[in-house]
Parts: sequence; C-alpha cells; structure tokens
Amino acid sequence: MPWPKETKYLGKSTPRAEGPAKVSGRAKFTTDVAPAGVLFGAILRSTWAAARIKSIDLTAAQAAPGIKAALLVHNGEYLTRYYGDELAALAGTSRQAVLDALRLIKVDAEPLPFVVKELDAIKPDAAQVFAGRPNQGNNPARDSGRPDDAFAAAAAVVEGSFATQIELHQSMEPHAYAVSFEGDEMTAWASTQGVFAVRDGYARNLGLPQNKVRVICEHMGGGFGAKSSLSIEGELCAKLAQAAGAPVKLVLTRFEESLATGNRPSSFQKLKLAADKDGKLTAFQMDGFGTPGYMASAPNGGGSNGVALPMPYLYRVPNSRVKQSAVAINAGVACAMRAPAHPPAAYGMEGILDDLAVKLALDPVAIRLLNDPSEVRRHELEVGAEKFGWKAKYQKPGSSPGPVKVGIGCASAAWMSGGRGTQAEAQISSDGTVEIRVGTQDLGTGSRTVVQVVAAEMLGIDPALVTARVGDTRYPPSGGSGGSATTASVSPAIFDLCEKAVEELKKTSGLDDPRGANWKAACAKIGATPLAVTGRWRDGLSTGGAGGVQFAEVEVDTETGFVKLRKILAVHDCGTVVNRLTCESQINGGVIMGIGYALYEQRVMDRRSGVLLNPNFETYKLPGIGDIPAIELLLLDMPERGVIGIGEPCTVPTAAAIANAVANALGVRVPSLPITPDKVLAALGQVPDNGDRAAQVRDLEGAFARVAGAERPILLTETPA
Amino acid sequence: MKRSSSSGQSSVPPPILSAGVSRRDFLRGLGTTAVSAAALGSQSLAAGLAQANAEEVRGPAAGPVTLSINGERRTFNLEPRVTLLEALRLNAGLTGSKEACDRATCGACTVLLDGDPVYACTVLAIEAQGAEIETVEGLTKSGGLTRLQQAFVDKDGLQCGFCTPGFVMTLTALLRKNAHPTEAEIRRACAGNLCRCGSQPRIIAAALEAGGTPTAAKANTVRFHDHALA
Ligand code: FES
Ligand code: FES
Repeated sequence: MPWPKETKYLGKSTPRAEGPAKVSGRAKFTTDVAPAGVLFGAILRSTWAAARIKSIDLTAAQAAPGIKAALLVHNGEYLTRYYGDELAALAGTSRQAVLDALRLIKVDAEPLPFVVKELDAIKPDAAQVFAGRPNQGNNPARDSGRPDDAFAAAAAVVEGSFATQIELHQSMEPHAYAVSFEGDEMTAWASTQGVFAVRDGYARNLGLPQNKVRVICEHMGGGFGAKSSLSIEGELCAKLAQAAGAPVKLVLTRFEESLATGNRPSSFQKLKLAADKDGKLTAFQMDGFGTPGYMASAPNGGGSNGVALPMPYLYRVPNSRVKQSAVAINAGVACAMRAPAHPPAAYGMEGILDDLAVKLALDPVAIRLLNDPSEVRRHELEVGAEKFGWKAKYQKPGSSPGPVKVGIGCASAAWMSGGRGTQAEAQISSDGTVEIRVGTQDLGTGSRTVVQVVAAEMLGIDPALVTARVGDTRYPPSGGSGGSATTASVSPAIFDLCEKAVEELKKTSGLDDPRGANWKAACAKIGATPLAVTGRWRDGLSTGGAGGVQFAEVEVDTETGFVKLRKILAVHDCGTVVNRLTCESQINGGVIMGIGYALYEQRVMDRRSGVLLNPNFETYKLPGIGDIPAIELLLLDMPERGVIGIGEPCTVPTAAAIANAVANALGVRVPSLPITPDKVLAALGQVPDNGDRAAQVRDLEGAFARVAGAERPILLTETPA
Repeated sequence: MKRSSSSGQSSVPPPILSAGVSRRDFLRGLGTTAVSAAALGSQSLAAGLAQANAEEVRGPAAGPVTLSINGERRTFNLEPRVTLLEALRLNAGLTGSKEACDRATCGACTVLLDGDPVYACTVLAIEAQGAEIETVEGLTKSGGLTRLQQAFVDKDGLQCGFCTPGFVMTLTALLRKNAHPTEAEIRRACAGNLCRCGSQPRIIAAALEAGGTPTAAKANTVRFHDHALA
C-alpha cells in the first residue's frame, strides 16, 4: 500500500475537529435547526396492533388553534399492521398546539386479530399478519457437503437452542428532519447516515428534480444503521411544509423511536455441531427463524429481511445444513443495525462451539485456533489470550467455588468492511490553508478528522491548516455511512486529492517539493485565485475483511442471578489506522453496545394488547456508566493492508464472549439474550416451574420443527428458558 | 396550574422549587412527615394549606415568565406547561441542552439550577423562576473552554456529541463540589446520564484529567509480525 511508512499524523491520535463545538453546545444538530417561521410537525400513530382503518377525520384538528397543515398518510380504507404505524401528520405553531390537535383527530377503525410473539406467529392457527399468507416464510435448506453422513461418523456431537432478542438502535438524537421550500428549491436538514440517499429519496417520493433538493447534516447524534435513507417521518415533514407553505421541523419522541424506526431482528437458533476426536469441526446444522416485524411476509412471502444469519459463522465446517426463515408479527420493522446479523450469529456459533469444547475437554481458545481459517484472527486469539492471562484464569465450567462464581469466555468476529467511491474537492489558498469538501457525513465517528489527518500527513502540514466540510449534498458525492465503510471510502479520495494538489503546486510554485517546510512558500505563489483540486477514491489504499477477538471475565452471583462484568479485552485489526484516538473510541462504543445486547436490552411486546411495553429508557435498559467494566484494547497494526473500517466488527463478539464467560462460571448455559438475573436463576434450576416453562419448550420445539419442515417435533437436548 | 405567591427561600432539596411552599409540595409533604416538617418549618399544617389555596391560578394561556439564564434575566411569554428545556431551546435560542427522552431518564438536557444538576425536560419553566440557571453555553464567557471541556476534547470523551452537554454539566457540578473526584465518584455522579455511542470510558478519563488525576491511554498496539504465530 502506498501509505507512508513513517508518519507524523496518520495512525497517531488527533482530537476530533468538531470537539470544541460539541462540548460547548455550539454544534447544531438537526434537532437544533430552526429556519425562520418554522412550524412543529407531529405524527398520529395507530394504537392498534392490527386494524382496518375506515376513515380518519382531520376537520377538528385542522380547525384547532395554531394548526397550519394536516395530512393523511394513506387515503381511503386500508389495513394497519402494528401499534405505532403512521396514520396522519400535523404541523402547527407550537409543540403544545400540535399535541392538543392530535387528540382531536378521529379515527374510525375496526380492530383485527394480531400476533406479536414469534412463537405464537409460527403456529398454524395464528392470526395472519397478511391475510392469506402464512406468517412463516419457507426458504429451502442450504446444504454443503454431506451433513448426515458427517454427523453419523462424528466423535462428538452437541446440540443446543440459542435465542436473541429484538434490539433497538436508540441513538441519542431521535430521527429528525427540518424542511424548507423557497420557490422550487428545497432544503432539508436531516439526521442521516446518507445525505445523498435522503436527497434521492425526496426527489423520488415528492417528484422533485434531484438538483433542486439540498440535504444538510452538519452533526448527527448517532444512527447505528437506522438512519440510512429517507424515512417516512422525513417524507411527512416535507409534505407538511408543502401543505403549510412554511418550514416544518419534525423530531420523533423517544416513544416513537422505540416503536417505529427499526430494530435488530430476533433469532431463534437450534444448532447442532460435530467434530472428530481432535476437535476438528466436521458438521453443522441449523434450523432458525426470527422476526423482522410485520414486513417479513409482505413482498416476498417470507424472505429473510435481515433475519438470515451468516451460518456457520467464522469457522471451517466441511458439511453443513442451514435452514432459516423469517416470521411476520404485528410489530415495527427491522432495519440494518450495527453489523446486521453478526452478533446473533456469533452468540449462537461461539456458544455451541464452547459446548463442544467442553464435551471434548478442549480449551476454548485451542478449539478456535484449530478451526478458524483466518490467520489474522488466530493471531489475535494468541496475542489476546496471552494478554488476558487466559491459561492461568481458565477453570472447568462451574468449578469456581462459592456462591459468586467467576468465569471467562472468548468470541470472534468477521466483517467485510471495505471502501467505495467517494469524491472530494479542495481549495488551497495563498495563506496555506486548505478547505476540503466531501459529501460524506459524521455519525460521531470523526470523519472530518479523518480528512484532516490524511491531508496533514500527505501535505506535511499542521492539521490546524486543514478545514474539512462534510454533510451537504452540495459537496462532491460520497456513499452512505454504513457497513463500516466511511473511513475506507474517504481516506483514499483525500490521498488522491493531495497527490494532485502537490503536482499542481509544483507547477505553480516551481518548487520541487511543495510539502512540509516548503508549504507556506509554495502557497504564497498561488495568488488571488485559490488552487482548486479534486480527488476520487481509488483502489489499492483500502481493503475489507476486518476481524477481532474479545475476551470477557465475569462474576455471576448464583443467589441473585446478577452478572457483573470484571473486564473485557478487545483485540481488533483495522489495517492502516488513520486516527488512533477516534478508532479506539469506536471500539469502546462497540463493546459497550455489545454489553447492552448481552445483559440488558430487549424490546418487550405484550401478547394480549399487541403494545410495545418498554418504549422508553426507564424500561428499555441501555448500559449505564456504572455497568461498564475495564475495557482494554489491543489494536493489531497492519499498515500493509490499507484502511479498513472498525465500527461494526467491534460490536460483534462482545455478547458472545460474555455469554460464554457466564456459561463457564455456571457450568450451564443461559439459552437466550439478554442474560438477565431471572434467566440465570432458571438455568440453575432455582425458579419453581408453574407449567409455563414446559409450555414454552413445547412451543419452541414445535416452531423449530415447522422451520425444519419435519413431521414431528424435534426434541431438544437442552431446555430453553 | 398554580404558582407560589411567597418568595421566601427555604432549604428544601431538590432545587426544583426554591421559592416557598407550593400546593404540590404541601400535598406531597402530607404523605411524608419528615419532609413536610422540613419543608414547612414552623408553619402549621393549617397555615400551609391556607397558603397553598391562596396561590394564584395560572394558565392555560401564556403569560410572562422571567428566567435568569447564564446570569442574564430574560422574560418570555410561555404557557405554564412549557418545560424549562423548551424555554431554553426554543425561546432563549440556547440549543446546547439536548432533548433525547423528555422524561427524566437520559440526562441530555442537564442544566444547573442554583448549582445543582437537574433534568431541564422535567422542570417547568415557571418552576425555574427565581433560580440561577446555567447551561453549557454559559460555562465560559469568551467562547473558550473550561478545563473539563478541554479534557473532553483531548481525551475524546465524545463521539456523536449529543449526550455531551449533559455530561459536561453534570461533571461541572461535581468538580465544583469536589475538585479531585475519584473514578467511583465520577461514575456515581454520571449515573443519570446515558450515552449510546459508548463514550463512557473516556468521559471518565476526561473528568479524572480535569480533576488533576492523569490518565494513561489504555489502548495498546501490536504489529502483526511482532508476535510469532504458533
Ligand atoms: S431529555 Fe431530559 S432526561 Fe432525557
Ligand atoms: S457521544 Fe453519542 S450519545 Fe454520547
């Protein structure tokens, strides 16, 4: 890779450029934008899990004080399929006026049967989310090799059931839009991971020319996948602005965020894994399902909709059979969430692998070294195990003495990452300052500082001379910030731009090398017209394929069921590190999100009412500052690989490592996430069974059987909680 | 909506109501005798009830509300149901304090009321009258940064930055009371602030640094080939 070997800024720590604006409250997020005369928008949502909407009467709301626009999401009679579905929208002069008027909207609806739990939805007699279509999609099994023969010949076979919850993104800044029209020009401020995607969404959905729509996202308060394109509230915001003839801002509440802005699908995995006597994996089987919400069966009769897991995850297994399907329920739809499908896959695969290691009396690290095809990850396992003190700490499962048991576990991750087309433009002025514009956006990953660091390194100048501007469709195009692609997309374009700038400056200044010490002198020759150069992403400066291994140490109180984290070690590779400081922050963030997934977070639906029970932070538990253990980071430096994104792989293995550590402490496995105290106690047999458990097991067995297409229920060797 | 007609200072914590006895305080006090004794001082229950019933009725229409924000007195025309956070963000134009939950669970809206951190989304603007309100914008006059803010920048105590003003205000209050907090004290102080980006380890580092406890960067780097493969 052509990146310099000896560096001054690249791979070192540079504080983020927008830091001062953010710590002082100066930074304007979309929620802070207020065009003159802006109105407040709000949405009326369905309070039925399923209903036939016969009519919606906006008359009284329209006549209410301060209301300037009112519109319906759909006209005529139609079906609504989840609690929280958008029905109508209003705009008015104050938040209070709009909230009052929302209550005046009359909805004539006929409630319909609904189903909000996966295990209910998969039963043959369940209410159908889409009438006439089974809730459960039916995908064919994917076979490789000869799994039946391999299982029959194996030295050891383990089976288990693993389940993961619906996780919500819960970025601190809600979905937010502000839209203003002037003549035929539209400006939209959006809290988005893709300014160009939002621009094109507006052009398409509102029938506007693409070159008349400008989308701005100067700062955004997190997205994690849920803000990748124009969402319905953004479209409603623009339509309200058109109807009112005034700018409108629409910011969702935390309640709405929880109901209707996406989530990570659930998973139910029945896994079977086999190995020869040395621990070499020989066969894998999975029957799995999960729900991406009500859309599961809509367009394609039960496609995966993000439910399908990349199984068998990570490890080389020559024979496998994988059957997965999506199940529709009456609930909000899933969308991409930080490393889609990988954390649940890691939880299942790494869990069953540990169970197999136990059966074969092998060390968990050893069985991974034996079966992981990635040289980088094997290296990370070794370096990490050494640093973590794995050998000294590892005890047989459940052998830790006393009521508070200690355990350790590890798990790994893979992520494709990779960069893609990005363009950038720069103006270099005679005072030596550089302004670089890129139509990417900053989710909180510090993309401005990435631009700054690369330019400072390549031009040999102080980063303070470089101003990076991002988050505007008036800048040269860049892709959406997803798939951990931003740094790997942006850095090569800046590299290219700097090479061109140096060439141009050589000509203008007559200096052999205008960089570094000559920079000021070279720029002084530029004159009144700034030097303008462009750059574009090119091959050979970034790659994909990031890995990572994490180690967890936990304490589990067998009397209360409470899990306390002692320590997490995260070992990750991301090729050429651009900005070490922000790279490490992202890894911390991924680990902490993984802690929430492991121990606290889950969307809870009420079977009887169809309502989401915990649409707020007091009952949807995010990890708080007191829940976070010592997190140690180990970055594997591999500059020869070029730039690789880190945002997603770092959240993949955390929950799996914690779950394995809990199983190591207890000697039994808690078969679903999050690992809450009640489940720990149930796994230890300390919760009296009133018959519910047996019913749940029957439901789960029946569900797996239906996914497998078997005639009779498949009996599980382990009973789920 | 009622407003206290007396302006005498009392020592009632929390600082949400520092002016006299409101009807709500009085009723709340009836249920908890310890609090009511402290809140009412020497007043008898009957006198307290009489005072509470004599409160002036306000709303639902808007009326003048005077707030002392970052040392400046400003009057706005507000409905009584408008929260302090709305008044700050929409009326005073101070958008540093963020709204992320609007129900006292995340701390993004934290401001100082007479020096104590409160959730501005859960204080009514009318309740904040008479108190000194400090927002993130008021921490320095010159546009510079406080030592804590600078430590947030240096230690990368933020990612998206949406939770940051709230954490900065909570920790500003802590550092004023306790100039050299321990990590445990920092965690305790920030128990009411959420961060979805997972910046907490570095928020702790920033607060330690601002309190004069140097923190070493925890991350280590190994070169791929420095460690022989098995
Ligand atoms: S917005 Fe006030 S606590 Fe969340
Ligand atoms: S930095 Fe994004 S929520 Fe804290």
